[in-house]
Amino acid sequence: MAQKTIAGIAVEVSSEGYLENPAQWTKEIALEIAGEIGIDLTDKHFEVLEFLRKEHAAGTQLTIRKVGKSGIVDIKGLYTLFPGGPLKYSAKIAGIPKPVSCV
Amino acid sequence: MTIETKERPLKKVCIICAKGTIEDVYATLVLANGAVMEGIEAKLFFTFFGLDAITKKQMNKIHTGTVGNPAMRMPGGLPFPSVLGMLPGVEAGVSAMMKSQMDKLDIPPVDEFLEMITAGGGEVYACKLAMDMFKLEEKDLWDGCSGVLTVGDFYAMCGGEGTQIIFT
Repeated sequence: MAQKTIAGIAVEVSSEGYLENPAQWTKEIALEIAGEIGIDLTDKHFEVLEFLRKEHAAGTQLTIRKVGKSGIVDIKGLYTLFPGGPLKYSAKIAGIPKPVSCV
Repeated sequence: MTIETKERPLKKVCIICAKGTIEDVYATLVLANGAVMEGIEAKLFFTFFGLDAITKKQMNKIHTGTVGNPAMRMPGGLPFPSVLGMLPGVEAGVSAMMKSQMDKLDIPPVDEFLEMITAGGGEVYACKLAMDMFKLEEKDLWDGCSGVLTVGDFYAMCGGEGTQIIFT
């Protein structure tokens, strides 16, 4: 575990930069992590992020299939929102741990 | 090791699936889906019995073999005698059980899995020789197929730095 200051807030992050404590997440943190990845966040992105945070809090094992069935965005849309890492980037920006799922 | 993988990351996987059992087909699909989820390009080439996975009539009816599979066990871990696997309905029953286990892990049926892969930019191809052998036509194939290729066409897609060919 390491300390990192994101958007002016000191947070605990994993070696890969995922927030250790989702409660420390703010929209500003999301914007900054997304900026590092190269993604400009829109309202649609935030809808996905909120969904991921809610599901994570409920203890769900996240998969792109679950996001695709969320009614927010289909899988193709998820790839468009988070190119090159539909689940890993979205989870990182949402301030939740890296999903361990293979799907 | 770490340095090397950082300098030369995997950019593309070309996956060949020549068998039509649940384990062979799903190995292909999981590898391909995992690749596109990591931003790695994926090309899938289905040949011989692997064609079942992209044939409309067969794709959601694939089975696992219950005969001659020493790793096969009863629920609970007791050995699964091949003789039992020969009985009518056993292969179907075992296959249905495997599919229900996979469904619990959010692993979708074959057609939906292929849609997930192509949604991420993966491409699915059929082998021309095997198509001719099994008397299949393009209309028999899953609609998301990008085309029918000769082995030469397939190799032509497998070039480039950071590319690996995987035979499942």
